[in-house]
Amino acid sequence: MVNVRLLDIAYGRSGDKGTGSNVGIFVKSEALYNYLEANLTTAVVKEHFREICKGEVTRYELPNLKALNFILEDSLSGGGSGTLITDAQGKTHGMGLLQMRMDVPDELLEA
Amino acid sequence: MSDNKIVRVANAQGFWGDTPLGPRRLVEEGPVDYLTFDYLAETTMSIMQKQRARNPDAGYAMDFPKMVGSVIKTCQQKGIKIIANAGGINPSACLAATKAVIQEQGVTGVKIATVEGDDILERLDEIIDGGEKLSNLDDGSDIATIRDKISSANVYIGARSIVDALKEGADIVITGRATDPALVVAPLVYEFGWSMEDYDKLASATVMGHIMECGAQCTGGNFVGWKDVKDWARIGFPVIEASQDGSFVVTKHDNTGGMVTVDTVTSQLLYELGDPQNYLGPDCIADFTTIQINQAGENRVAVSGVKGRAPTSTYKVSVAYENGYKILGTLCIPGPDAVEKAHVVADMIFDRVGMHGYDIPEENRFVELFGTNVLYKGVVPADEQPHEVMLRVGAMGKDKRALNTLGIELAPSITSGPPGLTGFAGGRPRATEVVGYWPALIDKELINTRFYIEEA
Repeated sequence: MVNVRLLDIAYGRSGDKGTGSNVGIFVKSEALYNYLEANLTTAVVKEHFREICKGEVTRYELPNLKALNFILEDSLSGGGSGTLITDAQGKTHGMGLLQMRMDVPDELLEA
Repeated sequence: MSDNKIVRVANAQGFWGDTPLGPRRLVEEGPVDYLTFDYLAETTMSIMQKQRARNPDAGYAMDFPKMVGSVIKTCQQKGIKIIANAGGINPSACLAATKAVIQEQGVTGVKIATVEGDDILERLDEIIDGGEKLSNLDDGSDIATIRDKISSANVYIGARSIVDALKEGADIVITGRATDPALVVAPLVYEFGWSMEDYDKLASATVMGHIMECGAQCTGGNFVGWKDVKDWARIGFPVIEASQDGSFVVTKHDNTGGMVTVDTVTSQLLYELGDPQNYLGPDCIADFTTIQINQAGENRVAVSGVKGRAPTSTYKVSVAYENGYKILGTLCIPGPDAVEKAHVVADMIFDRVGMHGYDIPEENRFVELFGTNVLYKGVVPADEQPHEVMLRVGAMGKDKRALNTLGIELAPSITSGPPGLTGFAGGRPRATEVVGYWPALIDKELINTRFYIEEA
């Protein structure tokens, strides 16, 4: 196992969805996708964003794009015009998830 | 019609406030058939509503007429048509201003259409009394709770009336709250003669619209692999080469900056995505899990296989309502003890508002210490003692005078507070209206979109 930042193995982007945000991340290989699908669960993501996301985390899979799409409910302190926080649109949540560290089998990183 | 026909659609504006260089460079630096301008977002509609309240001739993307002026001669010469949801909540005012700019340029023979029918503000009583609930889509609340505060109500309309306007020979189509993808669906339905029931093709065009709707965000902008992106200032805006069968290539003009790769395009496919199998639009439901994407050459990404289904029987509605006021001020607080000082300053400001005889309840107060890891709270470890923080202090509420008092007491903390406060610029902040956003659904049967066309 190698401990990596998701940023080193994945790309991502985030934006607002009402009072919540979405975080989409994707990887380059099918093997890595399968590994993330098994290990990057909603519980793991909820714990990572515990101080930002006050609601539930939902996950959708897009194997065709080797991508996972997470919906973080209630993650914008109200969101849109209803809050004064700096990132009212969740633009940084993608980079937030990509800063997570995770143990990944060596052989998945060689490709 | 040849099966090899390619239609090039380019998006020149990713939001209201995007660079005016976008449209000019797209028409001058390479081939384009249709130029779209995507201006609208939920907050944009709110801002336009505020502007119309102050000036009946405002309430649209004021940038648009000037941008048309900068490209209209080239567009006429090359036969490029323009489709824009620049009309906001006042398409007829946008048309008048655009026509004036075209006339100033001495250009004649331009047919301009407006697509209307999305604005249901005047019909709200009739619609609600007729049995439409318009309940809040997010939390199910009853619209009665905001009914007397509603300032605008617009339906997210689809491609149909834009197609009709193109069939009448429109060179420029200005819409109200047409969806971003509708601006792309419409010209392709018109050019390829697709049926409005050919849902796979409509879904494919919807995906094109989604990819291009934020302008350069699919050509290297906002891309996590940013260190590979070259020539930022000259980043190319997206151009899509669409084929009869709905497949398409995402590209940009030669010799522009940025890059178009599977990674830059996939990033944008995921932007603001909800349930990927049910990407709801007025014209179809697109299934993002069917998208096939491949690198087809340098700065060329091929997309195919998109599946779609019939749309729902409802349109989404965006209702805006008056929801009090907000104010925000910033001060830079230097260390040592920057965090402690910032809290002293914030407390002092709120106490002084109280000494003026106003009360801002605790739950309406806002204090954020930028520099203490506010963006990545809990995600990465915070710096315990930053050398500087930016204090963002403000409040929300119904009492405008109380909020403005906070604005008055911001700067005085520089001379009567802890040492070294700096970076105060731009004068006293003032309270501004908060426009609430209320998403709802409405039966499609109640909405008739139509177009008007005239020649400039």
